[in-house]
Amino acid sequence: MNRFNTHIIPVAFEYHEPRTIREALELLARWGEDAKILAGGTDLLVQMKMRRVEPKCLINIKGIPELDYIREGPTGVRIGAATRLRRLERSGAIKRLFPALHRAIRWMASVQVRNMATIGGNLCNASPAADTAPPLIVYGARVKLASVSGERTLPVEDFFTGPGQTAMRPGEMLTEIWIPRQPEVTGSAFIKVARTAMDLAKVNVAVALTLKGWSAFNVRIALGSVAPTPMRAREAEAALEGRPPTEDLLRRVGEIASEEIRPITDVRSTAEYRREVTKVIVADALREALGMVRVGGVA
Amino acid sequence: MEPRVIRFRLNGEWVRLSVMPNELLINVLREKLHLTGTKYWCGIGECGGCTVLLDGEPVLSCLTLAVDVDGRKVTTIEGLATGEDDLTPLQRAFIEEGAIQCGFCTPGFILTAQALLRENPNPTEEEIREYVRGNLCRCTGYVSIIRAVKRAASEAVKSRRPGPAAGAASG
Repeated sequence: MNRFNTHIIPVAFEYHEPRTIREALELLARWGEDAKILAGGTDLLVQMKMRRVEPKCLINIKGIPELDYIREGPTGVRIGAATRLRRLERSGAIKRLFPALHRAIRWMASVQVRNMATIGGNLCNASPAADTAPPLIVYGARVKLASVSGERTLPVEDFFTGPGQTAMRPGEMLTEIWIPRQPEVTGSAFIKVARTAMDLAKVNVAVALTLKGWSAFNVRIALGSVAPTPMRAREAEAALEGRPPTEDLLRRVGEIASEEIRPITDVRSTAEYRREVTKVIVADALREALGMVRVGGVA
Repeated sequence: MEPRVIRFRLNGEWVRLSVMPNELLINVLREKLHLTGTKYWCGIGECGGCTVLLDGEPVLSCLTLAVDVDGRKVTTIEGLATGEDDLTPLQRAFIEEGAIQCGFCTPGFILTAQALLRENPNPTEEEIREYVRGNLCRCTGYVSIIRAVKRAASEAVKSRRPGPAAGAASG
């Protein structure tokens, strides 16, 4: 792969630095699929160096203040699409309310990359291994997509349509991520298996569940790097829903998740290993989430 | 594609130059400004060799467009000391602990570690390892590098001066 890498960007493009969302959307409307949005650049510029993407127009959105914020409100937290990962990692609100997302971000790449990369960029790059995707899915987060003709929102779960592919239409831009507050007595966790912390995940998993009495409700399990898109393990969720999370049942839920995924063998891992390790980390993540609730936390 | 004029504060001094939108910061630093301390290595954000400080935060100059630093502060390894006599405590600690062999990764490590010590003047070994995990070294095995960062931190604490990063990164 590195063979094709160069120390320059061997692509000529029109370059724009809009200062408002409106300006950015007008540029997108004008350039359509010939344009690419540049946020952190840690994925896009690599792809351009390797000539996998050769946009005719680059729209740099880092200078748009209205895309960079973390706002805690009564129903949840709103995050501007161009908010850098490092800012989210340092946010008390994210750590307190969405510990699985906080953990995922903290273990992504390196401090240099987290100082550059944005949460919107991580989603729009649509890697099956995107670490922010499983936590956002289990928290029921939604993305806001804007174009000159209006706005719509989508669950993060429905945003990914294939490797590198999203439900965004030409002329649309991701502007905001909204994460709802979780009910009281909810626990959540994130686990990533990778060769080193710097690497993309071989498998990642996020879980969230709410305890009522001795039983688990609102069970959500999302996995990355095990299918063409980040996915929910719905059968595994259903097996635990409304039941007391006994040790036997947690192991069984891990096994069901391992049957549900559709992993491939690639440079990072084999399909067989991904299935084996999924059993273990799904059960581990559920134990961790339960532990969090039992010690009295609401996160 | 039209050239653009950018102005940024490089190691304490304002520079102004014309760049193309597809030029990367690393190439402007090395080829136009002849600051070759910043190293080009993997080119894809895996090694940390091209690390510079942008407004005090470590970033990768091989994945930063030059136009993006307009109006901002950039610190490279050349900005820390003018010669052997005024090395920063971190630079001295790297020498004293033998944390340098071929030296190629050293500028990136020093700048990253400096940002760490400014944020967290007394880091644990775990915290150091976590912070520099994006910087690769193929010679030292990291042990001496971690020791050097610890040494710089403890010397700064002992001397009750501001952390080693306080003065030098202000450029």
